[in-house]
Parts: sequence; C-alpha cells; structure tokens
Amino acid sequence: MKILMLLLIALFVFYSCAESGKQETSGADYAANTPKGQASVVDNESAKNILQIAVGSADHTTLVAAVQAAQIEHVLVNAGPLTVFAPTNAAFAALPAGTVETLLKPENKKKLAFILTNHAAPSTYKGRLLKDGTKMYMASGNYVDVKREGDEVWVGGAKILGSVDASNGVVHVVDKVIVPSEN
Amino acid sequence: MKSYSKTALAVLFVLLLSLVFFGCQQKPGGGAIGQSTAEKAFVAPGEYDSHYAFISGGFSGQLAIHGLPSGRLFKVIPVFSVDAEKAWGFNEETKPMLQTSHGFIPWDDSHHPDLSQTNGVIDGRWCFINANNTPRVARISLQTFETEEILEIPNSAGNHSSSFVTENTEYVVAGTRFSVPVPQRDMPIAEYKGNFKGTLSFIKIDPEHGHMNVEFQILMPGFNYDLTHPGRGKSHGWMFFTTYNTEEANTLLEVNASQNDKDYIAAINWKKAEEYIKAGKFKTLPSKYAHNVYDEGTHSAATTMEKEVRVLDPAELPGLVYFLPTPKSPHGCDVDPSGEYIVGSGKLAAALTVHSFTKILKAIEEEKFDEHKYGIPVLNFEAINAGTVEQPGLGPLHTEFDGKGNAYTTFFISSEVVKWKLGTWEVLDRKPTYYSVGHLMIPGGNSRQPFGKYLLAMNKITKDRYLPTGPEVCQSAQLYDISGDKMELILDFPTIGEPHYAAGCPAELIMPNSKKYYKIEENNHPYVTRSEADSRVVREGKNVHVYMTMIRSHFSPDNIEGIKVGDRVYFHVTNLEQDYDVPHGIAVLGATTSELLIMPGQTETFVWEPKEVGVWPFYCTDFCSALHQEMQGYVRVSPENSNVKLTWTLDGE
Repeated sequence: MKILMLLLIALFVFYSCAESGKQETSGADYAANTPKGQASVVDNESAKNILQIAVGSADHTTLVAAVQAAQIEHVLVNAGPLTVFAPTNAAFAALPAGTVETLLKPENKKKLAFILTNHAAPSTYKGRLLKDGTKMYMASGNYVDVKREGDEVWVGGAKILGSVDASNGVVHVVDKVIVPSEN
Repeated sequence: MKSYSKTALAVLFVLLLSLVFFGCQQKPGGGAIGQSTAEKAFVAPGEYDSHYAFISGGFSGQLAIHGLPSGRLFKVIPVFSVDAEKAWGFNEETKPMLQTSHGFIPWDDSHHPDLSQTNGVIDGRWCFINANNTPRVARISLQTFETEEILEIPNSAGNHSSSFVTENTEYVVAGTRFSVPVPQRDMPIAEYKGNFKGTLSFIKIDPEHGHMNVEFQILMPGFNYDLTHPGRGKSHGWMFFTTYNTEEANTLLEVNASQNDKDYIAAINWKKAEEYIKAGKFKTLPSKYAHNVYDEGTHSAATTMEKEVRVLDPAELPGLVYFLPTPKSPHGCDVDPSGEYIVGSGKLAAALTVHSFTKILKAIEEEKFDEHKYGIPVLNFEAINAGTVEQPGLGPLHTEFDGKGNAYTTFFISSEVVKWKLGTWEVLDRKPTYYSVGHLMIPGGNSRQPFGKYLLAMNKITKDRYLPTGPEVCQSAQLYDISGDKMELILDFPTIGEPHYAAGCPAELIMPNSKKYYKIEENNHPYVTRSEADSRVVREGKNVHVYMTMIRSHFSPDNIEGIKVGDRVYFHVTNLEQDYDVPHGIAVLGATTSELLIMPGQTETFVWEPKEVGVWPFYCTDFCSALHQEMQGYVRVSPENSNVKLTWTLDGE
C-alpha cells in the first residue's frame, strides 16, 4: 500500500516536471496571434490601402474572395509601393465556366496565388508612368505588355477602366483577368 | 525479507524526497525568479502590455516609454536634450524648444514625470517633466507623444521639487533646490544666510490646451527645497514641500546641512495664495524666462521671452505657509490617496514620520506654534504627528500607495522596498532591490486612485546584474507584483540614463487617443507642400527654399540644379503619406545641421550650406518601403559665380 502511494507520488512528480518542461521547450505558437500577418492590423483612420479599397468595392467581391483563398491579404497591405490591376467581377465571370470555382479550391491555392500575383507590380505606376510599348514586371515573375492610345491604357490585354490611389500604391480597375503564361 | 523491504522503502522515500526538492529545479542561470513568476512579466509576441510606464531619463534629459509588465522600451521622447535621431533641437522647427534665457541649451537632467489628473484620477492627457539644471517644466502630449511646451522657471536654481500635478491639473509645481539671490546679483557667497531665497512656483495649466504659465511664486527662506506632493481629497488646495539645509549652510552641506534635529515640510495653502493674488497682494518682479510652444498645426515651435513674475511673500501674508517639523533632512514628501497622511522620509532618520492633515488644521486653528521662522509659523511636532514607522530600514526616500491602505517606501542605503500599513504603522513586508533604489512607482500611486498591481523600483546601481559593458553599466528598474500580501519580484530590466522617477497608468487610458498620422489638409506649416504638383525651388537672394515632398518611394523634386556655393538652402520637406507608421527620413551628403525624420503629414526643415562644388546625393534614411533604397536624389552645386539655371525635376518633368 505504502509502495503504491509512493509510486503515485513519484508519478505525479514526474508528470508535473514533464509538464513544466514541455512549456519551457515547445511553448505556444505566437504566430497564431496574427493569423493574417499585417492584414490583421486594425486601422480605420489612415488612408485606405490596396486591400481595404478592394474589400470596399462591390465590383471586386470575386477578387477579394480569391485573395482570401490564396491567403495573400498581407501582401496587399504591405508598405509596398505596389501597383495592382484589379479585375472586376465581370472579368472573372468571363473566364471559361468553372475556372473560378476550380481555382478557389484549397488544393489550387498555389496556382491561384500565381495568377493573382500576375496582377501586381512593385512601385507605383500611374498616369504617364504607364508608357506605351513597355513591359511591366509582375510579382508572378512574368512580364506583361503595356499599350497606350492617348489616355487609354491596356496592361496584358486588360483595359484600365479607372484608378484609385492607395496609401501603399495604386489600384487600376481592369476589365480582364491577366492570365499568366504557364512558363 | 521484511527488513529488506523496509530498507528499500526508506531508500525509495529518500530518492523521492530529493526528486521533489531538486527534480523540478530551474536550470542553471534561472536565477531567483522562478518560471511561474517569469510568466507574470511575460507578454507574448503580438500581445499588448497592460500598463504604460513613463520613465525619466535622468541625465539623458529625455523621457522613456516602457510597457509593463514586460519592461519593453517603446520610445524615447526627446524633451530637454537634442536628439539627432528625431532631429529634436537640430531641425528649424524644434530649435526654439531648447531656447532659454541663457541661450540655446542642448541638454539637461530630467527628473520627475507626472501625469495630468481629473478629480484626482489620472486622465491620460499629458505628461509633465522637470529639468533640474536649467529650471524648466515640459508638457508632453499623450496623443502625439511629442514635447509640446517647455517653460523656464525664473528665480529658481535646480528645479528639483517638480513637476507634480494637483488633482484637477490646476497647477504643476516647481520648487528650487538651491536658494540663490533673488533677483540674481553679484554678492559674497558667505552672506548666504538670511539673504538667499528659495522660490516655489505654481504653474497654471490651461484646462483645454494644457498651456502653462507661471501664475505666481512664493518667496521662501534660503533653505533647499527637495520634493513635493499636492494635497488630495480633504487636503486638496494644499501643497507640501520638503526642505533641508534649514541650517542655511553655503558650504560642505554633507556635514553642515545635517546639524538640525528637524527640518521642515512647508505646507502651502495655494487656495489662499489665489485669494492674495486676486486681492493684489503680490509684488511684480522683473524677470527673464523662455516660454517655448510647439504648434501641432504649423509643426513648428516659437519662443516668447517672458519679462515678469508675480511673487507672494509669506512673511507678510498670514495663512499662506506653515512649517511642519520633520526629522533629519526629509527627502520624499508623499500624500496618501485620502489626503490625510503626509509622509516625510528623513533621509538620515531612523524612522518615517507621518503628519496628519486633520491635526495640522487643528493646530493652525489653535495656534500651536513653537516659533516663527522668517515670519512663518512652525507648528508643534507632537500636535501634528500621526505616527511613526519605527526602524523600517536605512535611508528612506520615497513612498507610494496601493489604495488598499498600504504604503511602500524605498530605502537607498539598505537597498529595499518596505511595505507598511497606514494607521497602524506596522511593517508588513520587505524585499531587496538590486541595488540602491531611489524612487518607486505604483501606477496611479501618487493620485487619489492608485491602480495597484505593480510596483516599479528604480535603481541607481546595477554592478553585476547584467552583462558588463565597460565602466559604465546601465541603471535599472525592477518590477514587483504587489497584488498579494507579499511583494514578488518578477522582472529586472535596463533603462536609459538614470531612471529617476516614473509615472504609470493602465494602457486603456492612453492607447485609444494615440495619433496615427497628421492630416495633410490641416498642415499649416508656412513652407508646406501639399501635393507633388506644388513642389518647387524658390531663390530669394542667397537663400534657396526647396519645397519638397516625399511619398513611397520618391522625393519630388529629386534632381535640383542651380544651387551655388555660398547659398543657404532650406529643405522644407513634407511627408505626403496619410498612413500610420510610415515616416520618411532625409539626409544630404555634407549637411552639417541635421537629418530629418518626418511623420506622415508633417513638414520639417533643415538647412544646408554647400561649401563644395559637385553633385551631392540625398536619400531616405528611414526604411520606408520595398523601394526604399531607390528613394534618392541629387543636388548639383555650382561655383558662386556660375550661371547654371535653377531647375527642379522628377523623372525629367
């Protein structure tokens, strides 16, 4: 009986040591405190960043859903500066039937991210900086053609319908999805 | 067989005992702080501290903001000393902030931060802090966390008993440490006694904007004035100042100022002072002192040189000042949250003396005066004494309160904090500090509503507490959890300069008000550039004004030509960002004045007097963005007699 009690005590001591040891070595994953990285920052006072502009636009719900599915929100709130070409809901709807649904599936996250980053270029390109005949290097690694006729500008074949200044760059609303070449 | 198993049992028992005692011990280097204790000071990545602590930088002249309980340093606010990092005292906008009647002074010794109060409770609006050497009081906005105002104190020398705040922030006080000739004049030092005077200044605070002015000074005998605290609750309307050197020695104070058995706490009835001012019973002394105000709208400071001050003479004005005899050169002068008890820490005394405000009023009414000193009544010690904490430790300095009827006093010589009970005067607990503690701070601990929970002890000596860094080692603060019956040391962290004193409060009083950026449309700087299209360069004789903007990730203009050797070039640079936490910096090669660090929406100016012909680059000094390294430009400097046209461009336009 005594032996049994001692064994129980021993077990308890070992268990509590193991417990405290566990805390000390592994610890919690503090990255979980900010699951969306910088996109977790709450700031309703500053000028709107690219993500906030997209989220606030009724014409870009598909784009926002795609950005969330690809988990690249934090890129669009980063210090930048970034130029983002934002296809409208109609632009996504114009893709072959089922394309968007397929891309939004978790197993296609990487591919979706690749397509979306083909719509973002480092630095702030606006107005006359979008020059006819130039090639723009996108965050996907692809180059896309810039075409200008007077005030009308096409990037990768997508026409700029309007532009909004963002705190971390600029958003150009475009009428097409700029599908990257596969290689 | 039976005896064998008994032996085995005994062995097993001893093994178990040793396991219990040693098995869970900290690994080497864990020190005296156990793991569960460490967790009390641990703030996980991504989480906020529960309290702000505003810790004086002492001889650094600045104010440091730390979080509690983590001890993490968030910001050093430049106050009385220049700060190249923030261009404080270097750029054109802030140079006036360090102006004094003695000229531009780039340094000082900052001592006692105190927070504004409403109804005796910390309200999170402003932090005040005093400069010791060139007597000044500064006001810091707790929205922008910038020093907004610095007021010089006339007829003062060594502004030590400052910058404590009355319970509705009616006044911030400033008492002189050194008595001096008032007004200053050429006279023999040996004639100190009876001729030198000490002034206690009452700085009125404008309740809306916080602007300060010296409302009046009380001209006191030539003692040294050490520390002060306002009455609160029932004693609101009074201010208590400790004095030492009531011997009026002018040399070897170490010995000569320690002769009297008792010095005094001077009790000032400032409501009475207001009556006397209203009745015109003051003298106006000609004086000269700087009043520097920073305007958030123009992002610029200006100096006004004040010319006179109103002075009250307590010898001629009955009821204004009383002396409370207090043993042995009292240092700290602390009033409990109810306002009833005034604790005098005689730094050479073996006991702590506590006076009763109720008894003080009664003694005044019954005229229980032992004598008059320079016309000021000295109250009878026994008549006002509330009690004594006997043999609490060696070298008592300062006391704060937890709002639960307990007081906590620091002891410099015996390096400890002692907890004792108000009313019974019994010692409840004592904990060592490492080493030689000065002030202590309990959040709200010198107000009507202490928030309790933590006690921060600020130490002058660290010796072996941290990795050595040569002859100079940092000073430190130590955090105790005071939520239980016994104090518990939970953290030990380094501080800037000398952590002389601190103020603290729960984070929620301040956090929601913190400014994120300055609105560009509200920027009324005389040289603001509100858009890139407005950027330009204007020549006015030898003076050239560059109206420059910055936004991720370029300057406008970024190519400037037509500058000549001998010009005085003003770079007025506006940060066009309207986004939180996106400052930009600028520095030009060869500028002898300043680099700039410009907050979003703000304009700052530095002057460059190019001495060499050439093409000189400038760039952004704050890593602002992915293209920060591209954020740069050139200025072409031509000979004095050249006729290169003044041009400014961005991308060729």
